[in-house]
Amino acid sequence: MTTERPFTAASFRQFLNEKKLMGSHCSNCDKSYLPPRAICSHCFGDQMEWVEIKGAGKLAAFTSIYIAPTTMIEAGYGRDKPYLAGVVELDEGVKISAQILGLDASKPEDVKIGTQLVAEFVERGEGEEKKIALAFRAE
Amino acid sequence: MSNKKLGRGVAVVGAGMSKFGAFPDKSSRDLFVEAFQSMRGSVDKEFDPADIETIYIGNFSSDLFEAQSHTAPIMADVVGLASRPTMRIEDACASSGVAMRQGILAIASGLYDIALVGGTEKMTNLPTAEVTDTLAAAADTLYEIPAGFTFPGFYAAIASAYMHKYGMKPEHLMSVAIKNHENGTLNPNAQFGVTIPAWMEGRKKSAEKKGKPIPTWKDEMEFLHDDRANPMIAWPLRLFDCSPITDGATAVLLVAEDIAKQFTDHPLHIIGSGQASDAALHDRDDLTSIGAARQASQEAYAMAGVMPKDVRIAEVHDCFTIAEVVATEDLGFFEPGEGFKAAEDRVTARDGAKPINTSGGLKSKGHPVGASGVGQTVEIFKQMRGQAGERQVAGDIPLGLTHNVGGTGGTCVVHIYERRD
Repeated sequence: MTTERPFTAASFRQFLNEKKLMGSHCSNCDKSYLPPRAICSHCFGDQMEWVEIKGAGKLAAFTSIYIAPTTMIEAGYGRDKPYLAGVVELDEGVKISAQILGLDASKPEDVKIGTQLVAEFVERGEGEEKKIALAFRAE
Repeated sequence: MSNKKLGRGVAVVGAGMSKFGAFPDKSSRDLFVEAFQSMRGSVDKEFDPADIETIYIGNFSSDLFEAQSHTAPIMADVVGLASRPTMRIEDACASSGVAMRQGILAIASGLYDIALVGGTEKMTNLPTAEVTDTLAAAADTLYEIPAGFTFPGFYAAIASAYMHKYGMKPEHLMSVAIKNHENGTLNPNAQFGVTIPAWMEGRKKSAEKKGKPIPTWKDEMEFLHDDRANPMIAWPLRLFDCSPITDGATAVLLVAEDIAKQFTDHPLHIIGSGQASDAALHDRDDLTSIGAARQASQEAYAMAGVMPKDVRIAEVHDCFTIAEVVATEDLGFFEPGEGFKAAEDRVTARDGAKPINTSGGLKSKGHPVGASGVGQTVEIFKQMRGQAGERQVAGDIPLGLTHNVGGTGGTCVVHIYERRD
């Protein structure tokens, strides 16, 4: 039962590898959390359950990154190939940080806050090292 | 909000700093010795360092930058103070602002009368990519960094939300950089003590010397729009929107208010102290403001019994130009959405109604992250006592404020200082 997984980052990543975006939901005060939390920051209770986040949302804030960290340089990005990173507000009201796809990172001035996005599960790495990264794509 | 008070009064009676910059042959302990000596020299009356009872050191990551942990006893030892209790405080870029608060609380508790508070960071040993990765460790490495965010990237995202909400343009941010470089030029300890026009002249001369085409920028704005001279780091932030990678150390001497006059006739009384924390950027309701700064400043104002309008000068955490704009709003100096206009209208210039970052700020003075919080107090100490030399703000300065942020606002600490003489 997936619902028995602990409310940890490892579980969150495990769900991502199964191409599911999962948050936690406090059954006491009906609040959802993404990333998942083990303790409700509203009532301090631990009556959490996993909830699937549908993955539809809109762009709340973003940047186009030209000076990349080593992990993104390894993924082929950098000065000549910038990428978009953003904060996405999901329809459920929760927000999360993710790479943004489907928009031109070399023309950030044309990217609009409020753009409709859907979650995409991007494969990174090879073989044993293969992992799924969360991204959002403009519709 | 409850109106909390300190158990007893605390004053700053000495403040000093090393030169900020890139010093390949100096370790953080060498820089701390310089800061300590500079602080000693600033104490007006007789002062025996042996009287120091306790030591708090702000430091973000000597572990990764210098492969050295457990730095607080080392800093105590190099200035001859081994045997005193020491503590290192790590709150990212707010490390020494928080160390300052710990020193204040230690004296206010009644346990100690004299505390040394310092900050150190030695950042230039590592290549830039590794510095970027080390700084990124101050963000949420499980949920923010995998998204590809960098530190400039976070503040750039705040800028995007701010531009969308208030109609600011990237050009407005350039006026913050221009002002802080003007101020830094007048600070002998600054890392980049040159104005942007002087920088432009330097680039032209260098091109001429190398036989390359000489750039033809007609003014600062044209220079700042030049992708080659001022490359994009994380849109809309360019190189000149970002504070540099810096080596440096800072130190202040805190004492119980009732013995302050033994050290100087002009102590700075700490009348307000506030600190707050916050969740990761994506977990906040408002992406155009730093909630922890609003909360910390409200706490500090309430303790001091003063209003934002009463503050004459402030050193705020301008790790990026947008951070200064947002800070001046979070501190209540300007209404939300008005901070960028104040910067453009030079209200925050040295001769404006609300001088901000007269030291040059982190932008021009430099940002040795763990040392920056106490570095802000050094500037306020000089300005409020009329010792800021060429960059001295005219007139009486009865109240000053420092605002030190860790990460993207996970930590913020605010202090308010008063002169009573």
